[in-house]
Amino acid sequence: MSINWFKYSSPATFYPLAGKLVPWFAWLTAILTLAGLYWGFFQTPDVLSEQKEYYRIIFIHVPAAWMSMWLYFVLVCWALAGLVFNTRLSYMMAAAIAPTGAIATFIALWTGAFWGKTSWGTWWDWDPRMTSELILLFLYVGYMALQSAIDDPRRADRASALLAIVGLVCVPVIFWSVNCPDPTQCAALHQRSGTGKMESNILIAMLVMVFAFWMYAFAVILMRVRNIILERERHATWVNELLETEK
Amino acid sequence: MFRTFRCIVMRDLTLAMRRRTDVLTTLFFFIIVVSLFPLGVGTDKETLRHIAPGVAWVAALLASMLALERLFASDHADGTLEQMLLTPQPMSVLVLGKVFAHWLLTGLPLVLIAPLVGLQYHLSDTSIGVMMLALLVGTPILSLIGAIGAGLTLGLRGGGILLSLLVLPLYIPVMIYGAGVVSASAIEGSDLQAYFSILAAFLVVALVFSPWAAAAALRISVE
Repeated sequence: MSINWFKYSSPATFYPLAGKLVPWFAWLTAILTLAGLYWGFFQTPDVLSEQKEYYRIIFIHVPAAWMSMWLYFVLVCWALAGLVFNTRLSYMMAAAIAPTGAIATFIALWTGAFWGKTSWGTWWDWDPRMTSELILLFLYVGYMALQSAIDDPRRADRASALLAIVGLVCVPVIFWSVNCPDPTQCAALHQRSGTGKMESNILIAMLVMVFAFWMYAFAVILMRVRNIILERERHATWVNELLETEK
Repeated sequence: MFRTFRCIVMRDLTLAMRRRTDVLTTLFFFIIVVSLFPLGVGTDKETLRHIAPGVAWVAALLASMLALERLFASDHADGTLEQMLLTPQPMSVLVLGKVFAHWLLTGLPLVLIAPLVGLQYHLSDTSIGVMMLALLVGTPILSLIGAIGAGLTLGLRGGGILLSLLVLPLYIPVMIYGAGVVSASAIEGSDLQAYFSILAAFLVVALVFSPWAAAAALRISVE
């Protein structure tokens, strides 16, 4: 039996597949979010060392921050796949990921500011991780701006793919340079993070929320890519047939 | 290959010498931005000395970024760029030649004018020397990274402002260490070599990869 590895790399076959997957991911998002938030609010201690109730923002903050970084990596993988295999769908996936990633970055920054205000007494601290996240937001914005500034979709796809790859190459250097502005005495991260020291209930709730965010990203990205497919392929016969039957 | 490089550099320099204002605009942009800060934040000597490295570097970033728009634009407008892409010579060498000529016209003047900034901001002689050296190593990196952005935004409407969005975040590491070394030079007995090693490492990496990426960007934009 031979497997056709590229069967779903055609928009015409991927569109219905994505349509079937979206409800599953949407339901998983709802269930996991409810479970995670319930666990986070009712199964965890109200006071955590010197932090009070407000530490619970990590159930949103950490998943959003993780998703923001992970999604940029996934975006670059799709961009790379697009440049290598020259598949239109890869570029469409990359384009669909960008807004979700940018929103996750924004949520991470926003909730981080709340957390900073309550525990450090300041909205913004130029902490290395905050700065890195801010720069990540700039990278997402640059990607989307370039994509929308070019009218020819083929050029827009390839140009923004190249930009995303250049961005990913620069990301480690940028992160390292904000972490370590003085090369002679490289300071450790402002605050050491470790999941090992966390209370298990908090950890569980947080991980459930991470999966909820993940499922949300899947659902939203697939919905967006379906729209992009329809928009780009509007002259193709299969789209017109599809629209005829849906009328 | 070296002849191609020299040919491109000489051509771009000759073209620029026919229209000298372009070079001077960048330079005066830099001088004006740098002169605006003392008017905005006050003329207290200590404050000025403190902010000088950052101000000089941000101004250099903006100046080199504004000049980038012209890197490929005129060649694109009159069709020279397409001819360049069709030549058998490797495109990355042509790009490298263009970037080098561009740096001679926009980056080097900034290095040479840096002592003026030092005087305006009451920097010590050592700091001025360090700043010139840092700009000498740093500004080529800015031109090299910027060439990728210039290639990607070729011929787009609102290209200049878009270019700043794409390129400025990538300039951050250069600025951090470039400004950092000037700040460190004000402190007695601090080790400056680490900063210069890092800046030089950036330069080498940029020299290797960015002409290649910029050539790919130009191919995407022109095709």
